[in-house]
Order: sequence, then structure tokens, then C-alpha cells
Amino acid sequence: MSVAGQLTPRVVLYEGAGTAPWAAAARFELLERLLARGYSVSRATGPGGVPLAQGHGEWVMGQCEQDAPPGCRDVRGWDAARVVGMIDAEHAARAGAAPEDWTPWFPVIDEARCTNCMQCLGFCLFGVFGLDAQHRIRVESPENCKTQCPACSRVCPEAAIIFPQYPRSPINGDDVEASHAAREAIKVDISALLGGDVYRVLRERSARGKTRFSAEQDADKALEERRKCLAQMAAAADIPPEVLMSLPSPAEIRRRAEEARARAEAARKGGD
Amino acid sequence: MTEPPHLLYCHCAHARVVPPEVKTEVLRQLCASGASFEAVADLCALAARQDPLLRRLAAGGPLKIAACYPRAVRWLFAAGQAALSEARTEVLNMRVQPAPAVVAAMLDPRLHPNLAAMDNPKPGRDSHGTGPAPMTS
Ligand code: SF4
Ligand code: SF4
Repeated sequence: MSVAGQLTPRVVLYEGAGTAPWAAAARFELLERLLARGYSVSRATGPGGVPLAQGHGEWVMGQCEQDAPPGCRDVRGWDAARVVGMIDAEHAARAGAAPEDWTPWFPVIDEARCTNCMQCLGFCLFGVFGLDAQHRIRVESPENCKTQCPACSRVCPEAAIIFPQYPRSPINGDDVEASHAAREAIKVDISALLGGDVYRVLRERSARGKTRFSAEQDADKALEERRKCLAQMAAAADIPPEVLMSLPSPAEIRRRAEEARARAEAARKGGD
Repeated sequence: MTEPPHLLYCHCAHARVVPPEVKTEVLRQLCASGASFEAVADLCALAARQDPLLRRLAAGGPLKIAACYPRAVRWLFAAGQAALSEARTEVLNMRVQPAPAVVAAMLDPRLHPNLAAMDNPKPGRDSHGTGPAPMTS
């Protein structure tokens, strides 16, 4: 299921006219708890502050006095745990789920750097990338991305793919120029070790293993061979071993790679 | 009178790439101030979901964002279908800046836009197909 269009529930802590402000420590505790549960929170202190109703999954609450605005729920005297408990219960009743149940790991395209070369589209086996109506590359299915796997950022020739939650530059969004040398080193290492294509290497190694071991009927050795290859790739491209180990069968990898390549090819032709 | 900037704080709840002591202190100081602000658990998640809050903030006038690298934040908003204005957006980076600097910048009514400087336009994105062949063969 696509995550696009799923709304993040939002809580408005209203502290404008007709309400008494929270004490700073109480406000902080409430915000921290709500954020830890995945809610968005607006603190609105009055005119010029955050507008109230936005029309979706929202709670507006305050320490209301007599002339509090209509729709503002009075939580005077409630501690943070009680407020969060109430919102959780109401949210579960409305949506049938906790507010956060997906780890947001996915590629983000720096459109100022991207040349629309389609390398990423042709590389990813999981259908993360797609094209928009103008035939420009876009991230179509972020939820298909494998958590902690930054492999596509390593194949992008322009360093245009960012994983904001990655530990190192420039993949984390840091300035590319400043770390250009490091980026080049990464490319060299990968191509030296893998010939630039982890999936192709995987297929070839698997195919070699298959031929050799189908004669020997030695499944354990075949698996060991695959593991060794995967470990090498994991180290070179920073791909988590569990991602590589969970890749589909060599035949399925070949099928998906062909499909991805055909999509990229068609996209290039379509753009001509 | 110039419009005061809206403030957005990202709690980086999933990856925790922002040092916990920095984000906690920034949130604490925002709470202790008299300012209105928006706080989100995880800006990355909102971008993937194309949450309308991003569009409202991007279209809502001057904006200061406490999150991570400006380049990441800029293109996260774009992924969320919310183009940030170069002239009206300032991003504070809690991954590298100390909490007092982030707080001081967030609560300063003056805006110091910092998205434009990082642009490095390439010719191909809107003209297609200039890059090398795909790696799968
Ligand atoms: S590989 Fe990089 S430059 Fe090429 S289309 Fe993908 S993001 Fe753009
Ligand atoms: S935008 Fe940056 S600070 Fe916010 S969740 Fe994503 S990686 Fe963390």
C-alpha cells in the first residue's frame, strides 16, 4: 500500500485568547510525548499563530477559560499522560492504527543535480523509482525501499540521491562539493570491486555457483559462495547484509533487472 | 511591517541522526519561548506521505526549519509536493549546529535564507536521456 496521501494526525495546543498557557515544563513534556507517538503538534499562541481547523485528523485543545474558542477541548488539570492516552484512544477508534508504523527510509532526489539519466530507475529491483508526466525521474513508491540500503545513491553519477537519515556525506544531504573527493573514492572502490553493478555481479556469481554446484549437488557450498559474494558487496556499497540476503532468486533478479532496464530504456526513448 | 517567520521543528523520531541532546534542548527552548510553532515527529515521513502540512508551510510565507542538512530538507519538501521558496526559507541543521545557535536563529525575527547557495543546476533533468546506459545488462 502506498504511503502517499496518508495523513499524519495533528494536535493543536491552543494558547490564545480564552485559554491559560501551559507552564513551560508541562508544555515540553506534552510535546515530547506527542512527538514520540508520531503526532504533528502545533503550538498556537494567538493572532498570527497557527490557524486552527485544517480539516483532517486533528485535535484542538487548551486550558480553556470561559471565552475559549468553540471547538477547543478543555484539558485543564490533565497531565501529559492523560492527554496522550485520550488522543491515542480516539485515533485508534478513528483510524484503527497507531500513528506511525512505517520507517521512513527512502531516496530523495536533488532536482538541481539530477540529469534524468535513469541509472537509478534501471538499477533498483524494488520499483522505488518511476516517472512523472513529464518523463522526469521521481520516487514513486518510497515504501518499497529497503531500510538502511543506500545502494542507488552509489550508482547515481551526479550524487543527486539523498538519504537524509544516512550517517555520512554527501548522501545525507551535506554539500556535495565539500565531499566530492570522498564521493569519487567511493565510486572507484565500487567499480574496482564490482564492475559497477552489484546485481550483475550477484547474478554472475550465482550463475557460476549454480553451474558448478548443480553438478556437485552441494547446496551448502552454493549458499556459502553466495554469502561470500554478498558480504563483499555489503562492505563495498554499504548495503545491509540482510537486504542482500533477502534478495529474490537469481532468476527473479534477472527478470526484475530486465524489467527495470526496459523501463529506463523506454523512458530515455520517450524523452527524446 | 514584515511578516514574522513561521517556525517548524523536526524531532527526527525514527533515525535519530540528530543528536538527542541537541533536539531536546531546541524543543525545550521553543517551548519556553512565547513563539507559535509547528513540530513534527519526522519530516521524512511527512514528505513520503505528501502531507498537506508541508504545502501549507511552504506556501505560508517566511519559514524557519530546525531539522538537518538544508539540501536534504529542501528536496524532502519537493518530494512532498511542496516547493520551498529560496528567498523565504532558512534551514537550521541540528546534526551539526549546537542547540544554542539553532535556538537563537529560530527565535531571531530576521530571516537569513540559505537554500539558494547550494544550487548546482545540471542540464539534463528537463531534457532527458543524456546520461550513460543503465548498469543492469
Ligand atoms: S541516477 Fe541520479 S542523475 Fe540519474 S536519474 Fe537517477 S537521480 Fe537523476
Ligand atoms: S528531515 Fe532530517 S531531521 Fe527530520 S526526520 Fe528526516 S533526517 Fe531526521
